[in-house]
Amino acid sequence: MFPIDQYKKMGEIGLLGLPFGTEYEGAGGDYLSYILAVEEISKVDASVGISYSVQTSLNMSAISTYGSEDQKKKYLPDLCTGRKIGSFGLTEPGAGTDAAGVRTVAVKDGDNYILNGQKCFITNSPIADTFVIFAMTDRSKGTKGLSAFIVEKAFPGISIGKIEDKMGIRSAQVGEIIMEDCVVPAENLMGKEGKGFGIAMKTLDGGRIGVAAQALGIAEGAMDHTIAYMKERKQFGRAIHKFQYLQFRMADMKAKIEQARYLVYKAAMDKNNGKPYAESAALAKMVASDCAMEVTTNCVQMHGGYGFIKDYPVERMMRDSKITQIYEGTNEVMRMVISGNMFR
Amino acid sequence: MNIVVCVKQVPDTNEVKIDPVKGTLIRDGVPSIINPDDKNAIEEALRLKDKHGANVTVITMGPPQAEVALKEAIAMGADDAILISDRAFAGSDTLATSRTLAGAITKLDFDIVMAGRQAIDGDTAQVGPGIAESLNLPQVTYVENVEFDGKNLKIRKALEDGYEVLEVQTPCLLTAIDSLNEPRYMQMKNIFTAYDKEVIMWNASDIDVNPEHLGLKGSPTKVKKTWTKETKGSGEIVELPAKEAAAVAISKLKEKHYI
Ligand SMILES: Cc1cc2nc3c(=O)[nH]c(=O)nc-3n(C[C@H](O)[C@H](O)[C@H](O)COP(=O)(O)OP(=O)(O)OC[C@H]3O[C@@H](n4cnc5c(N)ncnc54)[C@H](O)[C@@H]3O)c2cc1C
Ligand SMILES: Cc1cc2nc3c(=O)[nH]c(=O)nc-3n(C[C@H](O)[C@H](O)[C@H](O)COP(=O)(O)OP(=O)(O)OC[C@H]3O[C@@H](n4cnc5c(N)ncnc54)[C@H](O)[C@@H]3O)c2cc1C
Repeated sequence: MFPIDQYKKMGEIGLLGLPFGTEYEGAGGDYLSYILAVEEISKVDASVGISYSVQTSLNMSAISTYGSEDQKKKYLPDLCTGRKIGSFGLTEPGAGTDAAGVRTVAVKDGDNYILNGQKCFITNSPIADTFVIFAMTDRSKGTKGLSAFIVEKAFPGISIGKIEDKMGIRSAQVGEIIMEDCVVPAENLMGKEGKGFGIAMKTLDGGRIGVAAQALGIAEGAMDHTIAYMKERKQFGRAIHKFQYLQFRMADMKAKIEQARYLVYKAAMDKNNGKPYAESAALAKMVASDCAMEVTTNCVQMHGGYGFIKDYPVERMMRDSKITQIYEGTNEVMRMVISGNMFR
Repeated sequence: MNIVVCVKQVPDTNEVKIDPVKGTLIRDGVPSIINPDDKNAIEEALRLKDKHGANVTVITMGPPQAEVALKEAIAMGADDAILISDRAFAGSDTLATSRTLAGAITKLDFDIVMAGRQAIDGDTAQVGPGIAESLNLPQVTYVENVEFDGKNLKIRKALEDGYEVLEVQTPCLLTAIDSLNEPRYMQMKNIFTAYDKEVIMWNASDIDVNPEHLGLKGSPTKVKKTWTKETKGSGEIVELPAKEAAAVAISKLKEKHYI
């Protein structure tokens, strides 16, 4: 069950709007502070961590960066304060890694666009009020025909399809969005027609730092639980943390976490400082998500059989880690981004 | 309305260890927090501010590091913060602490002074009442509800087996307990502005107090001995219906010849 009340409270105290200006009821903070908040929350609950990251660094960042002043004034305050929940719909059954394969179409009809199509695997969609949706305004142009829209739950013709049953981040709400003659006022086009692909890709660069922070948090949370467990659990007449082999493995894990931490914070700093951050975000996400997967797997190992049992949080954390290597661009894609920069 | 809230920074644990040789608290490695009851005091002040408008000043006597506690109070919504810090305060017992704080508070405009009932480290619950005595203010301790009609305060004070409702004129001093309210979390936006906001620093010469009353000199309490309580065996929890549980308890007491 998604802890909706706590999530709304995160809005009330200003976490959701952390990196946005106070004129939009944001907290006026910077991206690194926001990344630290995602990390801290993910230490405890990676499901809330991703809902937060998707709302703030995908949905709201897109509106804040590419929305018009009117759009920002209309949508950001409710999102900053948690009165509304945000979601970001790019992926479709036929368009995953290859986002150019989007089939959802938007046809101009007087003062409106009429959207038809289906999105899948969209985080927060079952609970969201405000969607950023990518649709083709001109399919003949390929990626140059993709456009971004702000779509409200209340608009006619939008509904939520299947809600996914997942391996990890089980309380995060991830589902399909179905648009059948969905009427979107033309003023809700974000940026210009045909600019959608650039908006999606640049926004995902920022989102990846959020996913990286989520992964870092999961690894740290698992490590904390494991240290406590190793002090408690006795075998051969002593606490298992006394075994040097286990100590050294923990030291290796700590090193992995610290490596990830510096890359994550570096990427956030690059974004703060107005430097290019596509590559540092890709590095951060790749290293931090691999770190989370490895560290949580080892943490389960340190717990022995108990680590495999659902009563112990590391069992969940290992399952939660896996998705960080997949969404907002798989780690294969991260390698494409990084190497692409090398051989340009 | 002006409200002054006394805030103490304390180690984050109910089980402060005592150095067996020096007989002092071991603070190393223990993170510091705002004393929990003081958070209730801050919250109540902020609620009065939200409802009736007020300027809320938080004040602490402590080492320079205590500034963090004040910043946290600002991030919760306090308007001003004062740190009173001086080597001359070292070794203060509860009397000296109360007099020092009173000497600072008297420099301020105030209608209500709030304190926590008790600090989780010192645990005496004397400082609040001590300040009230020094300032000659009416006081209500163990406050669990505050109503304010714009003029008079109607206070519910917790007693061991019930409560008392009292009307108090201002200025007055109230000490808060945890059932008074649920302290709010800091606002993110205030966390950022708290860094820009300056904490006012006062030393012994900035406050209105007889130097003889400060620090060790002004502390009549002498600590003779400090020791850690020896832990007895752990208790036993009997999960039975009340009647059967009582029977078990009685048989145990009889077994040990207590009854
Ligand atoms: C829980 C969850 C939440 C999600 N939330 C959102 C969301 O909020 N919004 C949203 O828009 N999307 C979301 N997604 C979608 C997610 O971003 C995609 O699943 C992801 O980008 C991968 O796309 P795909 O699943 O179609 O995999 P595919 O693209 O089919 O990839 C399959 C495999 O092929 C590899 N591959 C593909 N192309 C190449 C290539 N050129 N070279 C090398 N390897 C390649 C991939 O790395 C992967 O290993 C979510 C997904 C999940 C599971
Ligand atoms: C003989 C003696 C010697 C001492 N020597 C030292 C010493 O050398 N160094 C040292 O650090 N401590 C020393 N102490 C401890 C110190 O006096 C107490 O910590 C202090 O007086 C507060 O008392 P308390 O913790 O019992 O608070 P309580 O009386 O339980 O606190 C009640 C409320 O009073 C307010 N309050 C208490 N203290 C402060 C404060 N400093 N600033 C603002 N508000 C406050 C808070 O609102 C708090 O909730 C000594 C105590 C004694 C008895």
